[in-house]
Amino acid sequence: MGMSVAGGTQALATSSEQIYDSARRGIPLWHELLEVIRYRDLIAQLVARDVRMRYKRSVLGIAWTMLSPLLMMVVLSLVFARVFRVDTPHYPVYLLSALLLWTFFAQSTTAAMTQLIWGGPLLTRIYVPKAAFVIASIGTGLVNLALALIPLAVIMVATGVPLTPALLWLPLPVLLTACFALGVGLLLSTLAVFFRDIVEMYQVILTAWYFLTPIIYPVSAVPAEDLWWMSLNPAYYLVAAFREPIWAGQAPGIEALGIGAAMSVVTLLAGWVVFSWRADAMSARL
Amino acid sequence: MREAAPLSETDTPLPDPAITGVAEHAKDVVLRLEHVSLRYRVPTERVPTFKEYAIRRLQGRLQWRESWALRDVNLTVRRGEVLGVIGRNGAGKSSLLRLVAGVLRPTSGRVWLKGWPVSPLLEIGAGFHPDLTGRENVYLNATLLGHSKKTIDARFDDITEFSELSEVMNAPLRTYSTGMMMRLGFAVATAWNPTILLVDEVLAVGDETFQRKCIARINSFRERAVSVLLVSHDLAQVRAICSRAIWLDAGAIRSAGPPDEVAERYHRALAG
Repeated sequence: MGMSVAGGTQALATSSEQIYDSARRGIPLWHELLEVIRYRDLIAQLVARDVRMRYKRSVLGIAWTMLSPLLMMVVLSLVFARVFRVDTPHYPVYLLSALLLWTFFAQSTTAAMTQLIWGGPLLTRIYVPKAAFVIASIGTGLVNLALALIPLAVIMVATGVPLTPALLWLPLPVLLTACFALGVGLLLSTLAVFFRDIVEMYQVILTAWYFLTPIIYPVSAVPAEDLWWMSLNPAYYLVAAFREPIWAGQAPGIEALGIGAAMSVVTLLAGWVVFSWRADAMSARL
Repeated sequence: MREAAPLSETDTPLPDPAITGVAEHAKDVVLRLEHVSLRYRVPTERVPTFKEYAIRRLQGRLQWRESWALRDVNLTVRRGEVLGVIGRNGAGKSSLLRLVAGVLRPTSGRVWLKGWPVSPLLEIGAGFHPDLTGRENVYLNATLLGHSKKTIDARFDDITEFSELSEVMNAPLRTYSTGMMMRLGFAVATAWNPTILLVDEVLAVGDETFQRKCIARINSFRERAVSVLLVSHDLAQVRAICSRAIWLDAGAIRSAGPPDEVAERYHRALAG
């Protein structure tokens, strides 16, 4: 190459040219966080893609998001109210509120694993902060949760549960659950990259977890001697904190919020540390 | 870091980076690999499931094998150079591109480059979604490449124009022909005035018209002083468009220099 070309390019070479230096890198967890912030528009695009896919592919898309928890609720309400004679007041709302939060958690953590595996072939070619895929899954879950609150409001009105100002508390338990789901999603997807059978195993775990959390049955039905170990479950507190404003019209209990928050933050930190620590090894394995 | 050793003869000698500092030397250097080695650690037997892994771990039957994909590679690419990378399968060509793309980090040594993120030319359809429209795909693909929404907004018309797809931008991608998809992918990859463009065997696919268009574009890059790293099996192509070539053999640079010479040496080695 002649000097004229090289000289001419100095004008072209804008000062915006960023330097990449493999020798200069900070702590993995801090680095991953900075990169995720830099790729925030990608997260928005991934969420937009998933939401569009869900509601574009079928006309029933939106309707299904709203109908599936309703159907589930109708069946469970019938079984529990009639067969098991649960006497919890406003049982349909008691059930549906917890069910929606659980569905959000279960769906977004599962999606986190499959998202990253989907991105696999691409991630061996281009650099993308992998945590962006996991965050996007939680984001998509939040959009679906927000939409599912509409049929919940309908059921509340229909069954005579008052809509109270306590509902303004809802963003807090939702945020905490999102943090918890992100932590779990990060841990799971780290494992799932190395072992594909984690996806199936997790479905089994989810089913067990679902029945060990007071979602379909009232907390009062749990024998006192079993309550201590059941309360080691973060979902126990998150569900309670989310359900209280909806079903009882009260601010969430300080215990549910406090312990739920502590457990969520610890899970998120653990997930972030493990994920960013293994991020390079994951690139080699995808 | 190791002690500064003299650069191997196979590449352009440059002032010792330990003395001059990487950023200071030769202003037109856009990519430098210094004593780069890359090691993969792979289990001797593939353990695809967690259950099996747990069992083997408990039995202590888990063994790892180390394999070096690259060994002590030194390389300098200047602005506007089109560097051809040739070699057998498994010689480390793709690993080299992954290091430059920042997907992998060197086990030892250092990769330094200007113009992050680098633009890779991906195979047709990679990072695209068939059910999204052309427009939505442009945004998804470009954000995957690390561009912000604002930058894409500013370049969107250029992309539409170059791809000649303005009329079908709002149609889902599955209605596109392969040729249309290639045009879109190429337009997105090259819309950013990249400093370094990575091309990995992409030119091997596609019809002749498209290949010619890609080659024309790569040549125009050369005039605009974009550097290109081209991995190819096609020696004729390397001779035609590259300004320099390296031959990778078992993870090390076996030969470097003018494309004709390197291709000739490689060809002779293959023949016998």
